[in-house]
Amino acid sequence: MHDFRKIPAGQDRYPGYDVLAKRLGPSWNEQTRRVITRRLSIGAEPQFFTAEEFQTVTAIAARIVPQSAARPPVPVAALVDEKLFRGALDGFRLAGTPRDGDAWRLGLKALDAEARTAYGGLFHSLAEGLQDALLTRMQAGELKAPQWGSMPPKDFFEKRMARDIVLAYYAHPTAWSEIGWGGPASPRGYVRLDFDERDPWEAAEAGSGDEASVRRINRHVR
Amino acid sequence: MREYGESEAVDFAIIGTGAGGGTLACKLAEHGFSVVAFDAGPYFRPLEDFASDESEQTKLYWTDDRIVDGANPLQMGSNNSGKAVGGSTVHFAMVSLRFRPEWFKSRSLLGYGADWPLNWREMWDYYREVEQALKIAGPVSYPWGPHRPRYPYRAHPLNAAARALAKGCEAMGIQWTETPLATLSAPRGLAHPCVYRGFCVTGCSTNAKQSALVTWIPRAIAAGTEIRDLAMVGRIELDNAGLVTGVHYHRDGAWHFQRARNVVVAGYAIETPRLLLNSANRKFPDGLANSSGLVGKNLMAQSNQAVWGVMDHEVRSYKGPPSLAITEHWNYEDKGKDFFGGYSYMSQGPLPQLWADTQMSAHGLWGSRLMAEMKNYNHVVGLKIVGEMLPQEANRVTLTDELDQYGLRIPRITYSWCDNDKRLIDHSLRFMTQALRAADARDLWTQDDDTCHLNGTARMGSDAANSVVDADCRSWDIPNLWICDGSIFPTVGGVNPSLTIQAIACRTADRIKALALRGELEAHAFG
Ligand SMILES: Cc1cc2nc3c(=O)[nH]c(=O)nc-3n(C[C@H](O)[C@H](O)[C@H](O)COP(=O)(O)OP(=O)(O)OC[C@H]3O[C@@H](n4cnc5c(N)ncnc54)[C@H](O)[C@@H]3O)c2cc1C
Ligand code: SF4
Repeated sequence: MHDFRKIPAGQDRYPGYDVLAKRLGPSWNEQTRRVITRRLSIGAEPQFFTAEEFQTVTAIAARIVPQSAARPPVPVAALVDEKLFRGALDGFRLAGTPRDGDAWRLGLKALDAEARTAYGGLFHSLAEGLQDALLTRMQAGELKAPQWGSMPPKDFFEKRMARDIVLAYYAHPTAWSEIGWGGPASPRGYVRLDFDERDPWEAAEAGSGDEASVRRINRHVR
Repeated sequence: MREYGESEAVDFAIIGTGAGGGTLACKLAEHGFSVVAFDAGPYFRPLEDFASDESEQTKLYWTDDRIVDGANPLQMGSNNSGKAVGGSTVHFAMVSLRFRPEWFKSRSLLGYGADWPLNWREMWDYYREVEQALKIAGPVSYPWGPHRPRYPYRAHPLNAAARALAKGCEAMGIQWTETPLATLSAPRGLAHPCVYRGFCVTGCSTNAKQSALVTWIPRAIAAGTEIRDLAMVGRIELDNAGLVTGVHYHRDGAWHFQRARNVVVAGYAIETPRLLLNSANRKFPDGLANSSGLVGKNLMAQSNQAVWGVMDHEVRSYKGPPSLAITEHWNYEDKGKDFFGGYSYMSQGPLPQLWADTQMSAHGLWGSRLMAEMKNYNHVVGLKIVGEMLPQEANRVTLTDELDQYGLRIPRITYSWCDNDKRLIDHSLRFMTQALRAADARDLWTQDDDTCHLNGTARMGSDAANSVVDADCRSWDIPNLWICDGSIFPTVGGVNPSLTIQAIACRTADRIKALALRGELEAHAFG
């Protein structure tokens, strides 16, 4: 048992843990390796979004899932782009809301219109604080520009924009390492299931002051 | 696998191979009928096709376009239906529960909903058959309801999340037990026991999960069923006498027609009414089997609210099937309720993507607050209900004028909670908050918007005026058209539905055989 509340917010909770070190071990099967390799090799250039749209998505992603400099960056906007380019749908949308990709284009246009009206610039050019203010109002359903059409901004935030961004970030091994998740687990699953039990192939969590020893353990997680 | 020609009229064309259709295909073939079972989804081989990855496995879900509205629009996709041979059981959570007996007569015995035309004692035997077929792993004795036989396989061990549920129940003075689960706790044939990898709702890559795909479907094929995958049925055809003659289906880029003496619709509670409505013709302008006007109506989800918190202990709830412990206390105890119906609640084990989306959409977190909260992932503990929602005609599936990739009209799904639904949810959130606090969790918050499972939309009953099918799942209007899936539920109860769907499919197969032997059925097998 660790008193994780004492750990400063910025500090690594699973120092030295890299879920990718398990890649060749018995927790990953061949089909999983293929899927993750594909994900890690996604290009930086958008295929679905235009260059301008992509700039906005990148700026939004930086506010919804701000990344720490300590771990390798996650190309969130590119992952969202890839999903939309593939045409993968969630499988449902509210009456009045277009299909997933069209909803994105509409929402980005509306957000830029809001940014221009409120602060006189495009969303991606605004200071972080102003970007956050707009996103907060979108989440609260307070944006009213005519560009939204029949799509409610609050639903666009929750069910499309922030959802796709959050799902993209937590599809990436960097995020898995950060939160100490075991990652892929087939064919080898887990054996120790009870409170405070850790299989040797799971990340150890740092308490206060034991960072060096935890880092040593995590370096050997395979 | 045996294959049938399109011009060869088979005894049964079954649309959908999930809990209802997969089970029925197996049992009918074993009774000697010729069967072709269609599924719009692919026939997956889990050992080769399933990755250990949430995103990749969205390939299991029904993600064709659907419109949702109403005061409480439903979340579909990953949350609700599958598109694969084996149906939604390929990614279901394996919780395998029996109805409380009184629920089959909830109108006359408990004062709400509608009575089923089925007898619980008969259902008790069919539940037994399904529990045996799936080698359900469950507790030695079950705390609630009339006696039931021992589960075929021993219960799974508890993970920390399940222990927290147990601790909360004990503090609140109510009973709990290990959840009866459709995943192996000991080897079965070539299949290994569950290895507690925790990816169950994204598909089990080890075949420990006893889905329809690995249980009923292989048996169905062995008994002579043809499984036609990647085949989307778009319309059911009728002759001038008003009898069904076969189905039009889309496969390999073209439309085909399969002749059949009987057609069974088993596409689950959205696609079943959609197909019946899309099959409207001159004789049945309001859709097939719809003289009661009830096709598509009385859609029932189940409430799926949760209380979440964190513990000082490491919980790591991603290990093992998500719901290893359960209490059905509030399904069986009626004292102290200000609502009709019941609920069970279970321990939880969300994987990172699902958990982050929950924190964002239900808890409202993003930015640095989301990132900070996600770092507590390994300490999270939660309790989630499966709650009964009441049938309301206004909750329904209709057709829009927009078309899907096959050129078929897409469904609109309208859903609003009634006051009783809200009272049940409030009761459960109050109770689970106390229970989770008693288990030493803190920073509690409630997720109050979720639903799961779909039922209703083609209810069974004992009167043609207020139901779509009879007790044998035969439509009142068209004697060789049947419906056998979650659609036929008149009420949903507070337990996950798949065991009941499978039990009814087993019963339906036995009834069909009996009817055939009496000459009351169009079929070759006993003709
Ligand atoms: C995430 C999740 C977890 C769940 N957990 C549990 C649980 O723990 N316990 C439990 O009891 N239940 C659970 N359920 C619910 C359970 O899986 C369903 O209630 C059950 O599978 C429904 O059975 P069905 O036969 O009605 O439909 P399904 O099993 O969904 O099968 C319907 C099939 O029909 C096919 N189909 C539909 N329309 C057509 C068409 N026109 N042409 C061709 N094919 C078509 C579909 O592709 C699908 O394969 C869960 C569901 C989900 C989504
Ligand atoms: S925990 Fe068990 S049932 Fe679930 S996916 Fe893993 S092996 Fe399959």
